[in-house]
Amino acid sequence: MNQELRELYQQVILDHNKSPRNFRKMENATQFAEGYNPLCGDHIDIFLLIEDGIVKDVSFKGEGCAISKASASLMTSLLKGKTKEEAEKLFEKFHALVTGKLGDNPDIDELGKLAVFAGVQEFPVRVKCASLAWHTMMNALHNKDAKATTE
Amino acid sequence: MKAETEAAITVSKKKYDVNKIREDFPILKKKVHGKNLVYLDNAATTQKPTYVIDKVNEYYTTMNANIHRGVHALSQEATEAFEGARIQVKQFINALGKNQIIFTRGTTEAINLVASSYGRANVKEGDEIIISHMEHHSNIVPWQLLCKEKNAKLRVIPVNDDGELIYEEFEKLVNERTKFISIVYVSNSLGTINPVKDIINYAHQFNIPVLVDAAQAVNHLTVDVQDLDCDFLAFSGHKIYGPTGIGVLYGKVELLEAMPPYQGGGDMISKVTFEETTYNELPHKFEAGTPDIAGAIGLGAAIEYVTKVGIDNIKEHERILLEYATQKIAQVPGLRIIGTAKEKTSVLSFVLENIHPHDIGTFLDFEGVAIRTGHHCTQPLMKRFNIPATSRASFAMYNTKEEVDVLVSGLKKIIEVFG
Repeated sequence: MNQELRELYQQVILDHNKSPRNFRKMENATQFAEGYNPLCGDHIDIFLLIEDGIVKDVSFKGEGCAISKASASLMTSLLKGKTKEEAEKLFEKFHALVTGKLGDNPDIDELGKLAVFAGVQEFPVRVKCASLAWHTMMNALHNKDAKATTE
Repeated sequence: MKAETEAAITVSKKKYDVNKIREDFPILKKKVHGKNLVYLDNAATTQKPTYVIDKVNEYYTTMNANIHRGVHALSQEATEAFEGARIQVKQFINALGKNQIIFTRGTTEAINLVASSYGRANVKEGDEIIISHMEHHSNIVPWQLLCKEKNAKLRVIPVNDDGELIYEEFEKLVNERTKFISIVYVSNSLGTINPVKDIINYAHQFNIPVLVDAAQAVNHLTVDVQDLDCDFLAFSGHKIYGPTGIGVLYGKVELLEAMPPYQGGGDMISKVTFEETTYNELPHKFEAGTPDIAGAIGLGAAIEYVTKVGIDNIKEHERILLEYATQKIAQVPGLRIIGTAKEKTSVLSFVLENIHPHDIGTFLDFEGVAIRTGHHCTQPLMKRFNIPATSRASFAMYNTKEEVDVLVSGLKKIIEVFG
C-alpha cells in the first residue's frame, strides 16, 4: 500500500471502523445532537450523559466512512470522565491536528491516541469526515438545536 | 473548415479504434499518484478532445468580441460562430428551427428557466407536477420551489428494485390536476434509460407538457426531439465532451413564445423605455446578457466530434464495455450492483459490504482510478435503496477493458486491507 494511504488508514482506524466503541443509542442522554455531511450524505447522532459538568457517558449512532466512524469511536472512548472544558480542549487539539495547524512535528505524547489521525491532513477532502463527530459533539455539549454540518 | 475537421478528428466511422480516440484526449496521458489516469467519472463530466480545446482557444485567439451588437468585423465573426453553434445543436437534436435552441449555463439553468417562466405562468394552487423518484436534485428542487410558491403538489413516479420506473404507477398519477411532467431520460446514478417516449405520448393525450432532462442521454443515445415529441428538453455541454458553463434548452415554439422572459437584460429586448419594454424574438428573449460565447462554440465543436465518431459507434463501444465491466465486477466478493435495469447506459453503481464508498474512492484514487462516490445528487433515490451512497464507475467513448481490469483489481486490494 502507498505510504500516504497507510498513514491515513492506520491499523487503529481500521480496527475502530470494524468494531466501533460506544456504538449505541443512549436512552438516558442529557444532551443530543445530529451531525450531517452534505457532501456525502453521512450522518451521525451523538449522545451525551453529563452530570455535574462531567461527561459520564457518550455514545454514537450513524453512518459514515472508516475515517468518520473511527474518529467518532475513538472520540467517545477518550471523552468519558472528562469535564466539559477538557472535552472542548480536546476538540481544539483534534481540529488543529487534522487541519494541519500543528505543523510537521506535532507533539505525539500530548495528542495521545488522537495522533493516528495525523495522516488526514494530507487529504483535504477527508478532513470533514474526521471532524464530523467532533463538531456534532460540540453542538451536543452546548445543547444547540441546530444540526451540525461540516459545510 | 471541413478538411480541418477531418484532420483533427482521427477516428474512422468504419472501425472503432479506441486507442486512436484516446489520442484525441490529451488529459488521458496524465499520471495520478504515479499511475496512469483511469478516468471513470464520465457521468459527472467528460474529458475534452483537442478539437474542442483548440476551437475554444481559436475563438479567444482570433475572434473574441461581443455578439449581436458591434458592426465591426470581430463582432460579426463572433456572432457567426456563436449562431453557427446554435445550428449545430439544432441539427444534433433534430429540432425544426434554430429559434428553439436557447443557450443556458447548463441543464440546471434550463430546468429552472422552465419552472420559473412556464411554471409560474401556468401552475396554480392545487395543481400537480409529476417527476420521478430517480431525478437529480436539479429536477426536483426547481419544481419544489414552484410548488411551494403556488401551493401546488409534487407527485413522484416510484422506482422498482432494478431501478426502473414503474410505468403503470405513472399512468395512475396523471389526473385533471396534472399540469406538468418533468422526467429524466437517463438516470445519472443508475444509468437506467426511461421510456420517455411512452410517457410523452400518454401525457399528450391529456395535453400535459413534458420536459425531458437529457443531461445523461445526449452523449450515449440518439436524441431526436421531433421523434420524442417532447415539449422541452435540456442538456449540458460538459457531459458531451464540451466545455462547462454552457447548456441547452430546447422548447416548442408555441410554448416558448407564450412564456414570459426568465431574466431581463441586454440582448433579450427589442425596445426599452422606462414605461415599457418589448422583448426580442426567440431564442434571444431567453438569453439576457452576454452569453458564454466560447462555451457555445466549444459545444458546437464537441457535437461535431461526437457526430464524426458516430453516436451509434459510441453506444456500441460503451455497451460492450458495460457488459464486460458488469461481469468482471461480479467477481468482487460482497459487491452489489445498484441499478440493474434492462435498458441502461454505461453506468455501474455499486456498494461493497462494510466498506463505505468514500474509502473506496480514496483507495482507487491511489491506483489512478477516478470514480464518483456519494449520493450523486439523488438523495431520494439513495433512500429508496436504503443506502447513504454508492460508488459509481461511468464509462465513455475512450475507456477500455484494461481500465475496467484496473478498477476491479483495485477493489480486490481494498477488500484485503479492510478484511
